[in-house]
Amino acid sequence: MCLGIPGQILEITDAENSMAKVDVSGVRREVNIACIIEEGHPVEDCVGDWVLVHVGFAMSRIDEEEAEKTLAILSELGEVQEALDSMQTTL
Amino acid sequence: MKFVDEFRDNGKAQSLKREIHALAERIGCSPDKPLLLMEFCGGHTHAIFRYGIEQMLPKSIEMVHGPGCPVCVLPMGRVDDCVTLAERPEVIFATFGDAMRVPGSRKSLLQAKAEGADIRMVYSPLDALTLARKNPDREVIFFGLGFETTMPSTALTVLQAEKEGIRNFSLFCNHITTVPTVKAILDSPDMRIDGFLAPGHVSMVIGARPFDFVARDYDRPIVITGFEPLDILQSIWMLLKQFAEGRSEVENQYARIVPPDGNRAALEAISKVFEIREFFEWRGLGSIDHSGVRIRKAYADYDAERKFAVPNLKIADPKSCQCGEVIKGVIKPWECKIFGTACTPETPMGALMVSSEGACAAYFSYGSVSIDELVAKREAGS
Ligand code: SF4
Repeated sequence: MCLGIPGQILEITDAENSMAKVDVSGVRREVNIACIIEEGHPVEDCVGDWVLVHVGFAMSRIDEEEAEKTLAILSELGEVQEALDSMQTTL
Repeated sequence: MKFVDEFRDNGKAQSLKREIHALAERIGCSPDKPLLLMEFCGGHTHAIFRYGIEQMLPKSIEMVHGPGCPVCVLPMGRVDDCVTLAERPEVIFATFGDAMRVPGSRKSLLQAKAEGADIRMVYSPLDALTLARKNPDREVIFFGLGFETTMPSTALTVLQAEKEGIRNFSLFCNHITTVPTVKAILDSPDMRIDGFLAPGHVSMVIGARPFDFVARDYDRPIVITGFEPLDILQSIWMLLKQFAEGRSEVENQYARIVPPDGNRAALEAISKVFEIREFFEWRGLGSIDHSGVRIRKAYADYDAERKFAVPNLKIADPKSCQCGEVIKGVIKPWECKIFGTACTPETPMGALMVSSEGACAAYFSYGSVSIDELVAKREAGS
């Protein structure tokens, strides 16, 4: 829950509500990106960004290398799988 | 275990280890009078155990595992409130999976679900909002918990619900705040902590400045720390360097993620939706002033506490619990009288046994020593 998991923004799905499709280790889901939009980095510039996703919200932009390293460590801790499973729970 | 091994062989880890040992010697701390460093955050506790970081440190440095696991510190009375809400026939109670096993005085959410309450595990508060859209004839309550890291997500979800005019969604707000809790630890009379590793993801939201008071008013060094094993080792080294040079400052080891002023959009959402509570109850620590937030009046329609009658009963922790002393570094987890006997991960009595981010449970998951040996050591000592 407190853990951020890296993902990459694929497309903006709903610019008005700051929603985007993000790929996290092959799992795709909609994520809110309101917290990484800022002056000089408007919503349309977010595609391709690597971000740290916390409970369905992109909270920070990170670089690709950082993303890879974090994913590698998290997957060893067994926490990537846990996060991916919960991301895919059907409601 | 590839990365654990890689980390241990890593040249950078080895040279940090050497420098940490040299600095400890220079500072003059000893195994009888060790330097106590607290990692506040449960994520750090997890990594410290997982990577065996304590085994790399000299005996003159002790890590004290702090209260920073929001699931662990949830008091029994709040869990009871969740169960009461979840058992209402019109309610769909949505929660993070982590909270399912936390014991209440009657039952956990997991048990309530088994007995028929409509409880859904969700990944995100936005999923709870989706549930509300899909079930207009039901009341969806999302169980909001966590430190500042998850606060923006629930705040933004409430704002989204308002924007869409969704009326059957509300938040049972149990968010807790980091800074007043660090302050409460510093103010407690038996406090022995010499320096702090501050939580990286909380700081990503609130920035580095809110921790200034630790250095300024309490003369304790504090380093904002990332979650990779090398981050933690490097931050311990940075703390020791401050001791060696007689400095007390806030340093930011995790600057690649943590901006000095935090995340503006996140902070705006938080302050729009939430206000500070006078106090909040913690499992194992008792009541701490200003350590929680509630929903502002302007968003009362989305506040489960206002919308439903929440009993809000205070249930005292079991008398034998010594979580508070463990958190303050007064005793080691296994020195608690019921560690490994009455209190185990299967039957947790105290906060720190509830999830693997809690200090006591971590000994069970990753401890390199056997629990029986620790219990025997305690019995011999008492
Ligand atoms: S053993 Fe149980 S009661 Fe004792 S400090 Fe640990 S969690 Fe708390």
